[in-house]
Amino acid sequence: MSAVTKEQAAATDTTAPVSALPKMKGRKVCVHYGEKQALFDVDIDILDKQVTALIGPSGCGKSTFLRCLNRMNDVVDICRVSGDVTLDDGDIYDSKVDVVHLRARVGMVFQKPNPFPKTIFENIAYGPRIHGLAKDKTTLEETVEKSLRRAGLWEEVKDRLDQPGTGLSGGQQQRLCIARAIAVEPEVILMDEPCSALDPIATATIEDLIHELRENFTIAIVTHSMQQAARVSQKTAFFHLGKLIEYGDTEQIFTNPKQEKTQGYITGRFG
Amino acid sequence: MLQWIFLIGLLALLASAYKIGTGTALGRASATGERLHSLPGYYGAYTVLWAAFPALVLIAIWAILQGGLIEGIIVSELPEKLRVLPENELGLVMNDVRNIAAGAFGTGDDVDPAVKAAAMHLRSLEDMSSWAMLAAALAAAAAGLFLARKRLEPEFRARNQVERIVMWFLMGSSTIAILTTVGIVLSLLFEAWRFFEQIPPLDFLFGLEWSPQTAIRDDQVGSSGAFGAIPVFAGTMLISLLAMMVAAPIGLFAAIYMAEYASPRFRAIVKPVLEILAGIPTVVYGFFAALTMAPFFREMGDLLGFDVASQSALAAGVVMGVMIIPFVSSLSDDVITAVPRSLREGSYGLGATKSETIRKVIIPAALPGIVGSLLLAVSRAIGETMIVVMAAGLSANLTGNPFEAVTTVTVQIVTLLVGDQEFDSAKTLAAFALGLVLFFVTLILNVIALHVVRKYREQYD
Repeated sequence: MSAVTKEQAAATDTTAPVSALPKMKGRKVCVHYGEKQALFDVDIDILDKQVTALIGPSGCGKSTFLRCLNRMNDVVDICRVSGDVTLDDGDIYDSKVDVVHLRARVGMVFQKPNPFPKTIFENIAYGPRIHGLAKDKTTLEETVEKSLRRAGLWEEVKDRLDQPGTGLSGGQQQRLCIARAIAVEPEVILMDEPCSALDPIATATIEDLIHELRENFTIAIVTHSMQQAARVSQKTAFFHLGKLIEYGDTEQIFTNPKQEKTQGYITGRFG
Repeated sequence: MLQWIFLIGLLALLASAYKIGTGTALGRASATGERLHSLPGYYGAYTVLWAAFPALVLIAIWAILQGGLIEGIIVSELPEKLRVLPENELGLVMNDVRNIAAGAFGTGDDVDPAVKAAAMHLRSLEDMSSWAMLAAALAAAAAGLFLARKRLEPEFRARNQVERIVMWFLMGSSTIAILTTVGIVLSLLFEAWRFFEQIPPLDFLFGLEWSPQTAIRDDQVGSSGAFGAIPVFAGTMLISLLAMMVAAPIGLFAAIYMAEYASPRFRAIVKPVLEILAGIPTVVYGFFAALTMAPFFREMGDLLGFDVASQSALAAGVVMGVMIIPFVSSLSDDVITAVPRSLREGSYGLGATKSETIRKVIIPAALPGIVGSLLLAVSRAIGETMIVVMAAGLSANLTGNPFEAVTTVTVQIVTLLVGDQEFDSAKTLAAFALGLVLFFVTLILNVIALHVVRKYREQYD
């Protein structure tokens, strides 16, 4: 275990509240892609107003699990999900649940920044428009400004809202995507390796942003970088080969892992 | 027959040139102990190219010059009374000479002995010339082979040389394509110029009456000829518009269904079937339009109280629209499928439904390609001939009513040039003027299409 990781974990986790309630729960979640099983009986709680990091080597199922939380796997034809996933104790795979409403409550930020080929303004206004959240133009403009401010992008783009979102730098694009997600006022934000396509400075900005967003949103983040998990999260889940190996407080996972595999992964022996 | 043997000999020489080149290079390398700069095959290829190129150029130049030279000799040897004939009659005599030489006809007694003698001479000259040509080509190939062989030292950069020759060859190919286009445009321009010498361009471009029958003899009555192209172009526009009104929505919706909703298996079956539509000959569409659709529309018109002509713009336009559906659907399907998956997921992740995602994200992102496919379809529609010849009629009505018969630019070009026509009357030359304007219209459409695509691409990439 590297000294750096230990210090960072200790430094960030001093404020971790002890007793947050679970916002989302996964129980015995299994996922099959065709014949191949990608996830085996995963039990995780995503705590309210906390950052939960999902770590593990490539192909371990952490992104697959994340995509179960807002049913993004529905888009993939050959994907089957079993087990229970609940949001505020309601089963999200219930046939009565409209996946459109679910995704408005559980937003998502993707690995690669994927702004729509529209102006910056239209990118943010997209979600509020399709959900009818803004009654008139003024409220819509307020929503856009508020979302951009919360994503820390307002000062950089306020003079060029009518320019294409694709013209921003990679880090700015990713913050635009975060702003786009929070414009719908979700309760949970899922982030699938949000910094993997960014340089270290843009990454640091996003991480600061995650700290701020935690006040209002529940966040689940998939990351390849253990340092990042240690810096931003309060809870960490370690996946390996489709199984949840260990789940606990981030500080405990990084300083005193219970499982040998976790120990091996965070000290860089494999993965 | 012997010419064939000569040609085979030439090919054999080229084949052996490869062997000789490779062998020489390898031999010299092993003699001096140096390493060859290039693979042995490149030395062979270099030798072949040097043997083939002079021979081919010689044959080409010989073939171009031979006709004129031999004819000059024959004419100069004709008896005095034939030689002084005016040019067009001399041309007739030379035609006889050529035909007799080719053994076509007129070997009987009724032929002028002088012409007969000239024909015999022509035949012997041509024989001699082709022999000489083949011999010279063979000699040139051998000389090229010899010269190339002298240069095949081990340090000679055969690979770079061959690459350079290949580049010149590729450049020549692209030049041929460009020159052909330029040639076609120039011939259009010159013929149209001759037309505009007889008819003022303003009358042509803005005249409202089109009846291209001109008097052939001075005493003929009733055919004065009017060359106002507006009705013809209006007809083209009307039919293209009707066709696009059918093809654009149906093609686009079909593309959206195939790209976004259909299962992969359904798509794999339906897409090729749709593309078969594009493979149906337009003549078939033409008689479908003339024999099935036109009567159907006329009966429908009767039923609803409209007066529909038996050859209506509607029938032609609708059938043409069906014909160009595959252009729109197939290309649009490709560009829609090419929109990155991440954009779709981004939209779904915000809680958008499938149709919202398609309308607000995918279509805007795919717009440049869709516009491109639509413009391609428009230029297909404007240039389409057979359907309109068969279904739309010939009468140049200036009308916006799709139930009436109209005519199009392409139809007029066809009718002006079909059959025996003299190529100096305004009537036939009008075809070239129409062609020229049509060319400019499609050119402008293409320029606009490029501009639109480029502009949106800046915005959407």
